[in-house]
Amino acid sequence: MTRLIDLRLGLFLAALFAVTVLAPLATTLPSTSALNLPSYLIPLMGKYLCYALLAVALDLCWGYAGILSLGHGAFFALGGYAMGMHLMREIGARGVYANPELPDFMVFLGWTELPWFWYGFDMFWFAAVMALLVPGLLAFVFGWFAFRSRVSGVYLSIITQALTFALLLAFFRNDMGFGGNNGLTDFRDVLGFSLSAPSTRIALFVLTAVALAGCMLLARAITISKAGKVLVAVRDAESRTRFLGYRVESYSVFVFTVSAMMAGLAGALYVPQVGIINPGEFAPANSIEIVVWVALGGRGTLVGAAIGALVVVALKSWLTATFPDLWLFALGGLFILVTLALPNGLLGLLDRLKPRQAKPAAEVPA
Amino acid sequence: MSTALIGAPLNAAQLYLDGVCRSFDGFKAINGLSLAVAKGELRAVIGPNGAGKTTMMDIITGKTRPDEGKVIWNGDTDLTKIDEAGVARLGIGRKFQKPTVFETHSVEDNIRLALKAPRGVFPVLFDRRSAEENRRVTEYLDRIRLTHLRAETAANLSHGQKQWLEIGMLLAQEPQLLLVDEPAAGMTDAETMETAELLKSIAGERTVIVVEHDMDFVRALNCRVTVLHQGSVLAEGSLDHVSARDDVIEVYLGR
Ligand SMILES: Nc1ncnc2c1ncn2[C@@H]1O[C@H](COP(=O)(O)OP(=O)(O)OP(=O)(O)O)[C@@H](O)[C@H]1O
Ligand SMILES: [Mg+2]
Repeated sequence: MTRLIDLRLGLFLAALFAVTVLAPLATTLPSTSALNLPSYLIPLMGKYLCYALLAVALDLCWGYAGILSLGHGAFFALGGYAMGMHLMREIGARGVYANPELPDFMVFLGWTELPWFWYGFDMFWFAAVMALLVPGLLAFVFGWFAFRSRVSGVYLSIITQALTFALLLAFFRNDMGFGGNNGLTDFRDVLGFSLSAPSTRIALFVLTAVALAGCMLLARAITISKAGKVLVAVRDAESRTRFLGYRVESYSVFVFTVSAMMAGLAGALYVPQVGIINPGEFAPANSIEIVVWVALGGRGTLVGAAIGALVVVALKSWLTATFPDLWLFALGGLFILVTLALPNGLLGLLDRLKPRQAKPAAEVPA
Repeated sequence: MSTALIGAPLNAAQLYLDGVCRSFDGFKAINGLSLAVAKGELRAVIGPNGAGKTTMMDIITGKTRPDEGKVIWNGDTDLTKIDEAGVARLGIGRKFQKPTVFETHSVEDNIRLALKAPRGVFPVLFDRRSAEENRRVTEYLDRIRLTHLRAETAANLSHGQKQWLEIGMLLAQEPQLLLVDEPAAGMTDAETMETAELLKSIAGERTVIVVEHDMDFVRALNCRVTVLHQGSVLAEGSLDHVSARDDVIEVYLGR
């Protein structure tokens, strides 16, 4: 039986654990120490881990079930908005207009009453549940219609892209009640802890690391189960799977929904660490970038997806700071490079250098 | 004449195609096809390329919807209203013309996924491999003689071995009806005869419909033969009977 934690995943989790313990410790060192880590870097690292989690979510549905979603940014953003709505409510009367009920942007728009869909978001648990439920429900309904009508391949990719674009336009509108193009920001605290306090930042960072590890284990458990084998079977020979009596659409909807909920969780963890969520997160290009992370790291490997996200996002931070005009070209070039030279991504490259150490799990070309 | 060569009376038929028609872009691939197959029967279907043999299987298994006609299963179920997975769950298994196995899975996992068991997402998600399941996998692997390749990735099998693996998957489903499309393609003469023996041994307990172009194979099956031509039945009877008919010789055997 395939082990839940193989060598690759074990190494990754060990490294993640080490960083999660050492980074917060390094912030407590005196600033004269060479090993001191400035506290403002902690949320930045937390943000990277959110992206890694988002990549794992996409890999679960693309790498294993062959569902190339170009709309995962939407699930991420919805999770982020759910958390952002809670953080807005927590500001309470400390906003510019000092309205205890209404967030500033609503007062500014002249609204007098909280819209019904904001009800409940004053409670943290409610927002946390919504951050999973809203993306999950959207993916379920969307997937149910798409997979039942046998939409797959490039058509599915296009309609997921359309989905995120439609949400982008909707969230830009002021009358939608989500803060229009400014989005939600100026958050103060979460569960009573100030978001700018180093200890809160560390807690959020550790929580993100735990969520990443937990979701990787969950995704791994799904992929090594018999149902995971059915997903790969669907990817490789869909009609064969149907003629064995498996309802392919049920499996696709299942994995798409789980994946969307993971993306929502990533978004919910992202917002308190970044301090803002705006409609830009729905931009179609964001969703495409996630695909590049996964492709670069190695699709169908989970660990590769996480590493791909970390590598590309680090590269992006560096390039946008040093050569701001080059980033999009670099992203495009990277995509071409991966497609042509690294069909199994960085992890595939490692496997080739160190052959026969671990059997490549499920990598195949599209 | 053995009983296997006697046509099924319609009321006793396990599978009954009644006036089935299907056209693609105006071309009538299946044109008023009627056919009855009895429970436990072994039936060979032959006919020239494009006669509609594969399309007939597509219609039985829910892949293709007919424009007209019915496909009655066990006297009461109309298969044309059911999707592929539903038809499979009724106990109808199928081997494709082009061998189709799960290439990235091991030989063992291919069989395991095919084993008769609940097919819903959650039972499958929480399925734990049991000793009993391993025993059944071994049984089918022994039967198709791929036991020594148990852990091999299916992509690395030869064409003939893939044919065997797909037949093994079909057996593992324990279907009541097996639809087997050109099983002998890519097999050696010896393997072809083995396949014929295997199918004969299955028939009786299960119903088997085989499409094949290899006449030695069809002869070895020693069963009732249906000749399809332009989407309908041209002739039916023993191989000797149909192959003596002028019309069959003209459209198929004589070429
Ligand atoms: N999905 C489809 N769309 C269009 N035409 C189709 C489709 N399926 C089958 N046909 C056509 O229907 C006719 C019958 O095809 P079918 O595959 O059933 O023949 P066959 O008897 O299995 O032939 P062969 O011996 O070559 O396998 C062919 O002319 C084929 O081109
Ligand atoms: Mg055919």
